[in-house]
Amino acid sequence: MTKWLVVVVTGVICLALKLLGHFAPERWFAHPRLQRVNALVPIALLSALVVSEAFVTKTRVVLDHRVAGLAVALAALWAKLPFPVVVLGAAVTSALVVHVH
Amino acid sequence: MVGATRRDALSVGITVGAYGVAFGAAGVVAGFSVLQTCLFSLITFSGASQFAAVGVIGAGGGPWGAIGAAALLGTRNALYGVQMAPLLEQRSWRKVLAAHVTIDESTGVALAQESRGLAATREGFWWTGLSVYLFWNLFTLAGALGARSLGSPASWGLDAAVPAAFLGLVWPRLTTPRRRAAAGASMVLCLVLTPVVPAGLGVIATVVVAIVLGWRA
Repeated sequence: MTKWLVVVVTGVICLALKLLGHFAPERWFAHPRLQRVNALVPIALLSALVVSEAFVTKTRVVLDHRVAGLAVALAALWAKLPFPVVVLGAAVTSALVVHVH
Repeated sequence: MVGATRRDALSVGITVGAYGVAFGAAGVVAGFSVLQTCLFSLITFSGASQFAAVGVIGAGGGPWGAIGAAALLGTRNALYGVQMAPLLEQRSWRKVLAAHVTIDESTGVALAQESRGLAATREGFWWTGLSVYLFWNLFTLAGALGARSLGSPASWGLDAAVPAAFLGLVWPRLTTPRRRAAAGASMVLCLVLTPVVPAGLGVIATVVVAIVLGWRA
């Protein structure tokens, strides 16, 4: 049930936010501070998600096979390789580390 | 010129859509069913929000932590809508459809057509939005079915694909010193908070970094 709650409520909220943008008066969003904070919100959350997915198990900070995958992803992004290569490179590297151990 | 816009839009649609494989796999690995994973892509249709919701659940977080992170990531779509609505000039159900396909990519391609005129801006928006929608959903299904038949996520590297996907999403945004500072500070704050707060809250708490760093011009 928890998963259905997440699927449905996330969908409703995200769709409502999109509709708000198209139907609400423009001046609601005109404040420069709101624009600046809003531009940084995805950067903050996505960065936090990078480390929480790569270095966290339950509520503990750990270093395991995922680190190798993330390092390869970072190198691929640095080399300006396309997204699918970034994700696949990380997966293959991490899987290799798991199998070697 | 119209042909060039359509080509741009379709190439974005296919490459970004293919990324849906990673989401489909991530959803199933986090414990969602294939149907639930596909509904994310059909209804939420915003990659970062979707990855965040399944990421928080997969990490053992509660439903409201997952929903909160996804909602915060969805706020930027509202601001895209504010930019796009006066350019698209749509009414009724077409306005609703336009809102649903208002994402990073459709807004980005549309605004990049500025020098080609208003017609190209609209065409860029619709062709990108609708083609990403089509391919994102097809590839989500493929990824979800694939992950279900693969077995252990770690042995296929799927648990490392998720942070790599997040890194790929944030990377193109790190264009200014302030943005890079926000990324670094958020990573540190999240890791510091993780052992002392319930699962998932360490991620949402980093919205404070955005507020602090964005407060002054």
